[in-house]
Amino acid sequence: MVERRAFLQSLGGGLLVLLAAEDLLLGQESGGGRRGGGGRENVPQNVAAWLHIAPDGKVTGFTGKVEVGQNARTSLTQAVADELRCRTESVRLIMGDTGLTPWDMGTVGSRTTPTMAPQMRRMAATARETLLTAAAAKWQVDPKTLRLSDGVITGGGSDQSVTLGALAATVNWATVMGADTATAAANWTVAGKSVPKINAREIVTGQHRYTPDFKLPGMLYGRVLRAPSFGARLQTLDTSVAEAMESVKVVREGDFVGVTAPDEHLAGKALASLRATWQEKPQIGASELFGYLKAHAKESESGAAIPPPAAVKPAIATAAKTLKATYTVAYIAHVPLEPRAAVAHWQEGKLTVWTGSQRPFGVRSELAESLGVPEGQVRVIVPDTGSGYGGKHTGECALEAARLARAAARPVKLIWTREEEFTWAYFRPAGVIEVASGMTNEGVVTQWIFENYLSGPSGINTPYNVPGASVQYYPSQSPLRVGSYRGLAATANHFARESHMDELAALVGMDPLEFRRKNLENARLRAVLDAAAERFGWTQKKKRAGRGYGLACGMEKGGYVACCVEVSLGQERQVRVERVVEAWECGAIVNPEHLKNQVQGAILMGLGGALFEAIDFADGRILNDRLSKYRVPRFSDVPEIDLVLLDRKDLPSAGAGETPIVAIAPAIANAICQASGLRVRQMPILPAFAAQRA
Amino acid sequence: MRMVLAINGGRTELDVEPDRPLLWVLRNELELTGAKYGCGEGQCGACTVLLDGVAQRSCITPVGAVGKKKITTIEGLVNGERLHPVQESFLECDAMQCGYCTPGMILASVALLGKNASPSDREIKQGLEGNICRCGTYPRIVEAVKKAAEKSSAQLKGARNG
Repeated sequence: MVERRAFLQSLGGGLLVLLAAEDLLLGQESGGGRRGGGGRENVPQNVAAWLHIAPDGKVTGFTGKVEVGQNARTSLTQAVADELRCRTESVRLIMGDTGLTPWDMGTVGSRTTPTMAPQMRRMAATARETLLTAAAAKWQVDPKTLRLSDGVITGGGSDQSVTLGALAATVNWATVMGADTATAAANWTVAGKSVPKINAREIVTGQHRYTPDFKLPGMLYGRVLRAPSFGARLQTLDTSVAEAMESVKVVREGDFVGVTAPDEHLAGKALASLRATWQEKPQIGASELFGYLKAHAKESESGAAIPPPAAVKPAIATAAKTLKATYTVAYIAHVPLEPRAAVAHWQEGKLTVWTGSQRPFGVRSELAESLGVPEGQVRVIVPDTGSGYGGKHTGECALEAARLARAAARPVKLIWTREEEFTWAYFRPAGVIEVASGMTNEGVVTQWIFENYLSGPSGINTPYNVPGASVQYYPSQSPLRVGSYRGLAATANHFARESHMDELAALVGMDPLEFRRKNLENARLRAVLDAAAERFGWTQKKKRAGRGYGLACGMEKGGYVACCVEVSLGQERQVRVERVVEAWECGAIVNPEHLKNQVQGAILMGLGGALFEAIDFADGRILNDRLSKYRVPRFSDVPEIDLVLLDRKDLPSAGAGETPIVAIAPAIANAICQASGLRVRQMPILPAFAAQRA
Repeated sequence: MRMVLAINGGRTELDVEPDRPLLWVLRNELELTGAKYGCGEGQCGACTVLLDGVAQRSCITPVGAVGKKKITTIEGLVNGERLHPVQESFLECDAMQCGYCTPGMILASVALLGKNASPSDREIKQGLEGNICRCGTYPRIVEAVKKAAEKSSAQLKGARNG
């Protein structure tokens, strides 16, 4: 690619690099392929595609992953610096640029730590070994006698030394394939430490440019005309007032209508002047949702190997104790503080779009397909972005900006309003979960039927040892558009499962911790459960009026979590979460401070979905499409948070961006039940609790 | 309409409509993009700037209403290469993830410390309640503000004794 060559020349290396297409595919999870179209490309496995070492020793790494606040920029920099035995200050990453970085499935699914870090380690370690071998050959010594430290190779029993940069210039990196080699976690010197966030200074000084902060010469500001409800069709449109405004351009392509103007104020006025009528269609409202989801359920997607409920039902009937319960979760919104935004620039038929997306390559495919342009003519660049939480997988805003820019023949910046961000993207699915279980009088769970409607199959399997378990996921028809959200359905499934386990424990009069231990063999899950309970002082807790204690645990994507919660019940605020203790383990810890930050952040974000967040809708309209109507956790919602992070240097590192969120909601529901005797089976908990309490 | 704004210690002449929100004048006319758009209704605090040291939501402040008040944006906090104690403390406490709320948080914190030089945890949380951090770094922000308060009081003591 032309951009890549020019870019590398600009790094001062003078190395002309050819991206060699390879037949090897990275062993990454599918998932990106389901959405966004476009075939998966062959990902190059030569070092040149991933690393560049300049003559002055500065290292540039290339990764298709993006930075959305989860600190992947820092952790991947640590991985590269670790293998090259250099300081993080010597390493810079180019992230999420389809013109410069290898193809990537998207920054999703907690995959960066378990797959991208090892990939970059492989490339950096290969580079290191290649250079040590080259130095050894040059000096005619055994490579084992050489030392590499801070960018300089020394040793071989003499005063000789050579810098990595100088030696790197003599190697044809395009032909060096990444070998399967990397430093064991026990020997990490850069990873494993709390390296501070790489570009934090640019953030605290306001210098960092997020997508909405970009300005190109000649750039116009765009706005898009929105339908009053989902599925509405444009009937009539009067653009005459806007057309008469100086410097305003009105764009219409079918039902897509937008305006561009030299400043955002004029663009807003132009948009407001458009007069449109629409044909709307009737749609259900939130109050009819759960019945609707069950009524429109489709065939189970759980796979042939898992027994259907019918195989387990007869055994439940014979169990000593049985329980049936239905749990529900509402649609919630991601509310990334940076709304969707894009800057689109066409130059001689080639399109460049800057946009905050978790899937730059997926968005590239979307753009190419929708605009009728070959993918090779489209470049998507993701600046370090103001969060995503799974809500920025798709390129709606990028496409709209591109359409406006093409029509206006000028670069266009489009920033979605908060109302648009709440309405025209997608939500975490709502869901209905039905659980039926059977157990012995001694509290051994023997049968388990767990059926999830719409919400999803993530985290649906029970980690407890239940001989007769049937878990089924049924897709359904959703009145609202749904997609990924931090943790996917694991939050909903853990809420249902961990609430149900507490209900079973109560049926046999067992302590919730003992009940779980009795039914759980998984050593890593037991470890976090015990760690959280110990830090919390679970076994010493006495029942107090107006207070309650609850716990929950779970696992998903290689992460293990357990959460103990203390709540207080009061008249004015109904429920206050006083204290949260969370234990977390995901293998070898890469950056302790950033991991703490992620786990704390997940707990605080999870409080919203657990307690009060819910999308309200009717007639194809989102009724609480702004922050004054949709409550998110604030400073006043913050409980005392105590974390126990277990570091397993003997286990491969898993991701921590999602799973820490799954235990908070059921732990709270369990605590409320202990305090009040009321069992709430709905997320969000507070409205249902208030209704039950009234 | 022609107007003069006092921004970050300087004087800026502009020709803008008085009903245009200050946020967009700063961002789109003056390249001061540190103040961010988050909600447009003064609910999230990402747009926070200081007017005569008081935290204001620039997204709901018409530029025509600013008058002679001194505007301070995040860009105006640094003193040459030296960071403001609040900025330094945010760095030391790693009090951010995506960083989008950070400029607004920092300015709101500066305003808070301007009114209350050694706030309690409770007072910090109350004082910053109008600023949202969706990434959930609230506890770290509280630590950063406490640290900044300690730094400032130490600096004052140093200045008195020096």
